[in-house]
Amino acid sequence: MIHEFLFSFVTFLFIYFLVAVSLNLTIGFTGLVNLGHMVFFGVGAYTSAILTINGVPWYFAIIVAGVVASILGAIIASITVRLKGDYFAMVTLGLVFIAIAVSRNWISLTRGALGLPGIPDIFRNNFYYTLFTIGVVTIAIIIIYFLTNSETGKIFQAIRDDETATAILGKNTYFYKILSVAISTFFAGIAGSLFAHHLNFIDPTLFDLELFVFILAILISGGLASIKGTIVAGFILSVLITLLRFVVVTPELIGPMRNMLFLVILILILIYRPRGIFGRVDV
Amino acid sequence: MLSLKNVSKSFGGVKAVNGCTFEVEENTITSLIGPNGAGKTTAFNIISGLTKIDKGTIRLIRKNITNLPAYKIAQSGISRTFQLTKVFKNMSIKDNLLIAKKTDEEEMKQVLDSVYLEKPLDTIASELSYGQQRLLELARALLMPHSLLMLDEPTAGVNPKIRQEFKSILKKLKKQGKTVLLIEHDMEFVMDISDFVIVMDEGKVLRVGKPKAIVKDKKVLEAYLGK
Ligand SMILES: Nc1ncnc2c1ncn2[C@@H]1O[C@H](COP(=O)(O)OP(=O)(O)OP(=O)(O)O)[C@@H](O)[C@H]1O
Ligand SMILES: [Mg+2]
Repeated sequence: MIHEFLFSFVTFLFIYFLVAVSLNLTIGFTGLVNLGHMVFFGVGAYTSAILTINGVPWYFAIIVAGVVASILGAIIASITVRLKGDYFAMVTLGLVFIAIAVSRNWISLTRGALGLPGIPDIFRNNFYYTLFTIGVVTIAIIIIYFLTNSETGKIFQAIRDDETATAILGKNTYFYKILSVAISTFFAGIAGSLFAHHLNFIDPTLFDLELFVFILAILISGGLASIKGTIVAGFILSVLITLLRFVVVTPELIGPMRNMLFLVILILILIYRPRGIFGRVDV
Repeated sequence: MLSLKNVSKSFGGVKAVNGCTFEVEENTITSLIGPNGAGKTTAFNIISGLTKIDKGTIRLIRKNITNLPAYKIAQSGISRTFQLTKVFKNMSIKDNLLIAKKTDEEEMKQVLDSVYLEKPLDTIASELSYGQQRLLELARALLMPHSLLMLDEPTAGVNPKIRQEFKSILKKLKKQGKTVLLIEHDMEFVMDISDFVIVMDEGKVLRVGKPKAIVKDKKVLEAYLGK
């Protein structure tokens, strides 16, 4: 029992690591405030769920989940990245509401609000699934880490600091912004797939802003453009909200208490460490 | 090397650049001067592709670069700095330079030396003083492969020491036979360093000529001192 709880905690923890680190690639490293990140997480989850329910092998489904999320990300980015910062944030936030509406109403594909039960396990044994998730997420984060230190990653950071200056140095900033979103949403899709196979059930609440607020709190407390910070903050915040579940006895209070906790943490961080725990970049 | 023909650009009702025609010859230092709001920076933004024009043609070594995206114009060989410095402030000196050109530390140190910026390569740009940031921006512009260098008021807002350094850098560039288009308010320096001077006022080219002719020109004096 306690083992099962621990496996599940670690599995969620690593999935959140990947969601947060992939979001850091666009917000922290490229300066694109993508508030619709969970849409791609959800698209990955639905893609993987629908494919495996229909008999497609899981290893194929996971990859396709990433690719579908990434293609969708690239298409949306190609339309939106020319918008100025605030507008880009608004439009990507709007995507969330579109995703909720689509997942609720495209019944033949998603079964609407009923959700999709019976998403197959990848492994019988939960311990193996936890190890699998740790493996996939670790590899993904290592790839993102090397990317951020590569020439392409430096160009992302240059765009964040000054897009005009990047352009006059001969870099096609439009292309690089789309690339950043495409890579980020690929990993969001993979994370969504891992999530779906862990829970074995998904429904439109996947797109709810609650999880996103949690991820954003991780990002800001860890520090933008710091992968180490995202990991440390992700761990601390995950432990905190899990403890909260034991401390708060009334189940209805858990949600509001959790949001209050994030708020307090964010306010403390913004006052005492405006760049986050490990951040080097101005918020 | 660079030629503008009948180039115009309006912002709403303001004709920031109004039918401008001028050329920059290879291996010369050409200065663009004129009172505040004359349209000098707008001309720079037009040439570097940051501002799209309403009318006219721009050519660089016979290649038509009119309204190309900024990154393509940069790749065609135009490098520039800004009136208000644009360094990548969260990035190290090294990474700032890497965006301009994939190169080794050897060449980076050389170019930093040539602009008198003696700071370790891993220094974050935001930790530099404003003047030093301007030097870094110049180093970056020099490092990017180019045939024409455009500098928008390089000495504005820096202390006298760095101002002197900028002047001596420009003298070195002149000796090397570089092609430079310079916006500068220090008239004594402009007249000293330039091969040609272009005077702009209210979006128009008022005069083009050698420094000696420009200093004596009545129209130019009027533009500066009022009629
Ligand atoms: N993006 C813009 N939108 C609206 N008006 C603009 C814009 N850029 C420039 N202008 C206007 O165009 C005119 C020319 O401005 P510009 O900056 O080119 O002058 P300048 O010669 O560089 O002056 P200074 O010596 O003060 O730098 C000014 O009237 C300015 O207000
Ligand atoms: Mg100007």
